[in-house]
Amino acid sequence: MPTYWTIAAAAFRQYSTYRLATVAGVFTNSVFGLIRASILFAAITTAGGELSGYTIAQAATYVWLGQALLAPIEAFGTREVSQRVHQGDVAIDLLRPTSFLGLYYAQKLGRAAFLLLGRGVPPLLIGALLTGLALPEDPLSYLLGALSLLLAITVAFLTDMLVNLTAFWLLETRGLTVVYTAVMNLLSGFLIPIVWFPDWLLSIARATPFPSMIQTPIDTLSGRVPPLEALPLLGTQLGWTAVLTAAALLMLHAGVRSVEVQGG
Amino acid sequence: MNLPEQSSTHSARLAVELVRLRRDYVVRSPVAGSRRRRRQVVRAVDDVTLRIDRGETVGFVGANGAGKSTTIKMMTGILQPTSGAVRVLGRDPVPERRHLAREIGVVFGQRSQLWWDLPLRDSYRILGAMHRLTDRAREQRLERLAAGLDLGGFLDRPVRQLSLGQRMRGEVAAALLHSPELVVLDEPTIGLDMVSKEGLRRFLREDRAERGTTLFLTTHDMGDVERLCNRIVVVNSGTVAYDGALDSFRERLGAPRELVVDLEEPLDVLTLPTAAHTLAVEAGGIRHRIAFSGAELTVPTLLTAIGSQAAVRDLSLSEPAIEDLVRQIYSRGGRL
Repeated sequence: MPTYWTIAAAAFRQYSTYRLATVAGVFTNSVFGLIRASILFAAITTAGGELSGYTIAQAATYVWLGQALLAPIEAFGTREVSQRVHQGDVAIDLLRPTSFLGLYYAQKLGRAAFLLLGRGVPPLLIGALLTGLALPEDPLSYLLGALSLLLAITVAFLTDMLVNLTAFWLLETRGLTVVYTAVMNLLSGFLIPIVWFPDWLLSIARATPFPSMIQTPIDTLSGRVPPLEALPLLGTQLGWTAVLTAAALLMLHAGVRSVEVQGG
Repeated sequence: MNLPEQSSTHSARLAVELVRLRRDYVVRSPVAGSRRRRRQVVRAVDDVTLRIDRGETVGFVGANGAGKSTTIKMMTGILQPTSGAVRVLGRDPVPERRHLAREIGVVFGQRSQLWWDLPLRDSYRILGAMHRLTDRAREQRLERLAAGLDLGGFLDRPVRQLSLGQRMRGEVAAALLHSPELVVLDEPTIGLDMVSKEGLRRFLREDRAERGTTLFLTTHDMGDVERLCNRIVVVNSGTVAYDGALDSFRERLGAPRELVVDLEEPLDVLTLPTAAHTLAVEAGGIRHRIAFSGAELTVPTLLTAIGSQAAVRDLSLSEPAIEDLVRQIYSRGGRL
């Protein structure tokens, strides 16, 4: 455990050196938050002050939490692992006396911790000042919300890892990343809450791990879903964590054995 | 922690044992005018058998594409052999990859195992945690490595700001931090200047003398082999073309070094010791090209012999490139 803690701490420190990127990210997140909030407000006002259970305040909370989660979830996908596979640097990772997945998960958690503080909190504060936020009444919502957030980061890490690990077989994974990002942004409930979807799309979304990445932590954190009802959602997140971990381990196993490590 | 195994079997004394090792790659190349790709099997390593005792230092040399890196990948467990057997420190590398990673240190000259954006020192902290070293053990070892590899001046600088020479020394320290029993170096001096190369070699020799490490290195640089290795293995097209002591390798090939001297006054003939002979006399007797065997004759002896006959104005010395020696072996049909 201290091994992975050290790795996570290093990733946190590493990301904290990218100050300009952090500031630029916060600015972009906040601008897009305002745009998204105005669109949702217009929709809710047109619908008569409430749309599928969302009031103006709840929609604002939904938007700002979504903006805050964007960076730590890394909703736009990462390319580090696929690039390391393509360039053969994965050999270095495999020669470490740590588990490959554990190494990257520890790095992800360290990175996510920094991104949560550096990129997540500022848009929330800006949102609280500009549009106001609906905060949960039950303190248990915060606890479950934190847990749900950790699970959301884990599920997002694992699906992103699956996409990256296809690099063992595909010469180019960029196309797949683009498709993954598009599907993820929609089905995770980042663009609009999934309960606004037509029934058929809602059923599709619920059969995927995507809502576990954004919709679930937002609902749990904001208290829109009360703690007792949030428990099964967290159970779903745990289930996806188990399934996706198994899938990632299988892919890694197959990838390492069947495919050469590229380059001299 | 890492005591050598108390076993009487021969294979336990071996650091590396490769038996009839083979690795094929499947290459799919596009065919003009067809949507199908041609499937082609390339044999990168073909029937390599090699036994290395603990404590040996082996130079593993060959042209590009000879199968050196593929062999290293199979030795370290990141590549599955197509057929044949591999044992490294008594372990089966692929299934025991992570165990093995605690007992071996690897440097890939072309890749980095350091954390790019963090101070060099942080990489050692992380590696120490990965190898479960205590803080005390890590700091003691790092102190030794920093002194031997002269890291002191840039331990607190981010890795991305280091020069190639500094980074390579950092890489070697990273591979040696956990005091591995077997050190595998793949082109460790690539791109380094003479001073950096010499410093790196000197420390590798010292560290080996202190700890009795087994050293296995691939290189294009004959200097690496000469300064570090007592045994040389030449691979060609995936097979072992030569395997033996470095001295006999050079003896059999003659390994001529070449000395070029420019004299103050023209001289038609220089009388030379028996291990040297004149290759050419140029510029009307001013420039003499002399070939000599480095094993039998030192440069000062040779220069003294020349100096007694004529005043030397300028000189240059060229080492036999490993490629030239290997080419000689190849041209003899792969056998000495």
